[in-house]
Amino acid sequence: MDVGFYFSTLFTDFGSTALSVITASYVIAAIGLNIHFGFTGLLNIGQAGFVLLGAYGFAITVRFTQNFWLGVVVALVAAVLFALVLGLPTLKLRGDYLAIVTIAAAEILRLLGDNQLLAPFTGGTFGIPGSAFSKPFSALSPFPQNGLFQLGPFNYPLSEGDSWWLRIVAWGIVALSIVVSFLLVRSPWGRVLRGIREDEDAIRSLGKNVTVYKTQSLVIGGLFGAVAGIVNVLATSVSADAMGRTLTFELYTCLLLGGAATVFGPLLGTFLYWLVLVFLRDTIGFWVPSGILSQQQIPQITWIFVGVGLMLLVIFRPQGILGNKKELAFGD
Amino acid sequence: MTDDDYDYDRAELRKKLDKVDEVPGSAKPNPILTVDRITRRFGGIAAVDVDHLEVQRGSITALIGPNGAGKTTFFNLLTGFDIPDRPQNGGEKPHWEFQGRSLASTSAFRVAREGMVRTFQLTKALSAMTVMDNMLLGSQEQTGEKLSRSMLWPLWRGKEKAIRAKAEDLLGRFKLLEKKDDYAGSLSGGQRKLLEMARALMSDPTMIMLDEPMAGVNPALTQSLLGHIQDLRDRGTTVLFVEHDMHMVRFISDWVIVMAEGKLVAEGKPGHVMQNQAVIDAYLGSHHDQDLGDDSVLDEDFATAVTQEDAELVKEKEALEAYADSVRAQEGDEN
Ligand SMILES: Nc1ncnc2c1ncn2[C@@H]1O[C@H](COP(=O)(O)OP(=O)(O)OP(=O)(O)O)[C@@H](O)[C@H]1O
Ligand SMILES: [Mg+2]
Repeated sequence: MDVGFYFSTLFTDFGSTALSVITASYVIAAIGLNIHFGFTGLLNIGQAGFVLLGAYGFAITVRFTQNFWLGVVVALVAAVLFALVLGLPTLKLRGDYLAIVTIAAAEILRLLGDNQLLAPFTGGTFGIPGSAFSKPFSALSPFPQNGLFQLGPFNYPLSEGDSWWLRIVAWGIVALSIVVSFLLVRSPWGRVLRGIREDEDAIRSLGKNVTVYKTQSLVIGGLFGAVAGIVNVLATSVSADAMGRTLTFELYTCLLLGGAATVFGPLLGTFLYWLVLVFLRDTIGFWVPSGILSQQQIPQITWIFVGVGLMLLVIFRPQGILGNKKELAFGD
Repeated sequence: MTDDDYDYDRAELRKKLDKVDEVPGSAKPNPILTVDRITRRFGGIAAVDVDHLEVQRGSITALIGPNGAGKTTFFNLLTGFDIPDRPQNGGEKPHWEFQGRSLASTSAFRVAREGMVRTFQLTKALSAMTVMDNMLLGSQEQTGEKLSRSMLWPLWRGKEKAIRAKAEDLLGRFKLLEKKDDYAGSLSGGQRKLLEMARALMSDPTMIMLDEPMAGVNPALTQSLLGHIQDLRDRGTTVLFVEHDMHMVRFISDWVIVMAEGKLVAEGKPGHVMQNQAVIDAYLGSHHDQDLGDDSVLDEDFATAVTQEDAELVKEKEALEAYADSVRAQEGDEN
């Protein structure tokens, strides 16, 4: 076996993962989840629902109008409405209700996406191919429409599909999201959110309208989710099953790994999460003979590792890598 | 922020209170808070059942009563943390007003915005935040707490500085200044009480409601805090507080309200109310007839209680032994 080949594959894969639009979309969604869970203490177990709503809202609108900006607006409005529908009845109640409602609502959205009755819009189980809605975005590119560009081992289209143009925009949005979340959580507004996470009644007794703050937090975190959905489907295609409970679970893993309630936690956590996945996939694929583990079994094994890893993380380092042990968002 | 209606002169205030009838629910010359028909039941028991109460503006009023009298529940009702029962068979609705504005069915945060700020008997320090952050949250003037302004830091930076200075001043008075960058979770029980009180004062409340503010605070600091509370009053904050320590009640209050089993049983000047028969009954049962402010009574009472309890324990033990003997005898018969 060629060890050199193993390492060169591994590092190329690391690089392409670190550049990947999917990774960027995870970071953005995790930033939203961090505002919910890390800073406000809202147990949203349906962040995938916001991602999915952003994805469908954008893709369906652009598919029928070929208007990129209209698609973005529809995606964002849908996320705001979804947050209000989930939040208004539950945010006055105990935290557990929000958890139940968000996971249920996200599942309902996913099932609706798969539903054949809505297939003229959603494409049913087949989803919506990227080609149906990605043109208007490619058209905004300052680069030539056709052609590839190679940088080291990375060779991607300039403007079309999963392109350099999309990568630049996606990571630009990541940077912007980090700046926005930094400004938000370091502000007096963010301080009230952290207070709510600690003790709602104390914050009420100090004259703050807790329900309004929680609703604002849910909306803003949800908007990040919807943006993540747009970014994600521009690189791939729309498919409801890619945005289910598993996605929410992955986002929590990223967030907890990097450190909840920290500004850079979602970025660091998502990188690490994907690098570990790639490492496991490549390593198992390379060193374990296919007689023992077939190609199909590798992702499953990786998942088991990730699950165990998450458990160990929560037990031994609940504050994540960047987090402060005294300010962790769960337990005492 | 001076106010013509407020008795900045304490002697003046006491003179006015001298003329008030010492009966439960008596009218005050200048009430800041008026409560009518407020009841709250938990299962069978009426935790609070207050017909009428007025609190004099500018006074330090103590609310006393035995454990379970309903003092905390009463605070919760007034401040919007609990909801009073609906009147049965078409009676009149509960009503209470603060500075002439009705607070019935007002949510807790609005009550605080109206200037009536409370603390909790079981402290609610925000453990995973620093002492300073706790204090800053107490202010109601930081417009940067609005989402629309939060990201535009030049809009709120100046205010933040002013609030921080005020917080440091208060922390100094409450002997917490060295702790300002520590997490509130690392404070001792007494320090948390102090932090909560200091935090409540950040908004310059018109009236502050303290639920056992001195529980767990060391005596030396208590002295200086009592001074601070009186100072607060002199500068325009009406104080209503719950306290079990009769010495403290006597020392700083202008007026005392006594609750027992949810009802107001007595009201009056601190020197008088402790001698009121209804109060003594409420605290000690009906066979005592002495002044509660005199601590030898409480000590004696404690001693009698202990002797009584001992006697009962001895009796119980004897009964148990007798029973054990009878069981053994029976077993012996069966064998
Ligand atoms: N949430 C609740 N559920 C059921 N019963 C309650 C509840 N809160 C209070 N009670 C009951 O109401 C009564 C009054 O309680 P409250 O806490 O108001 O007393 P308190 O006067 O503050 O006593 P303490 O001096 O011990 O603090 C008690 O009998 C208590 O058991
Ligand atoms: Mg109490």
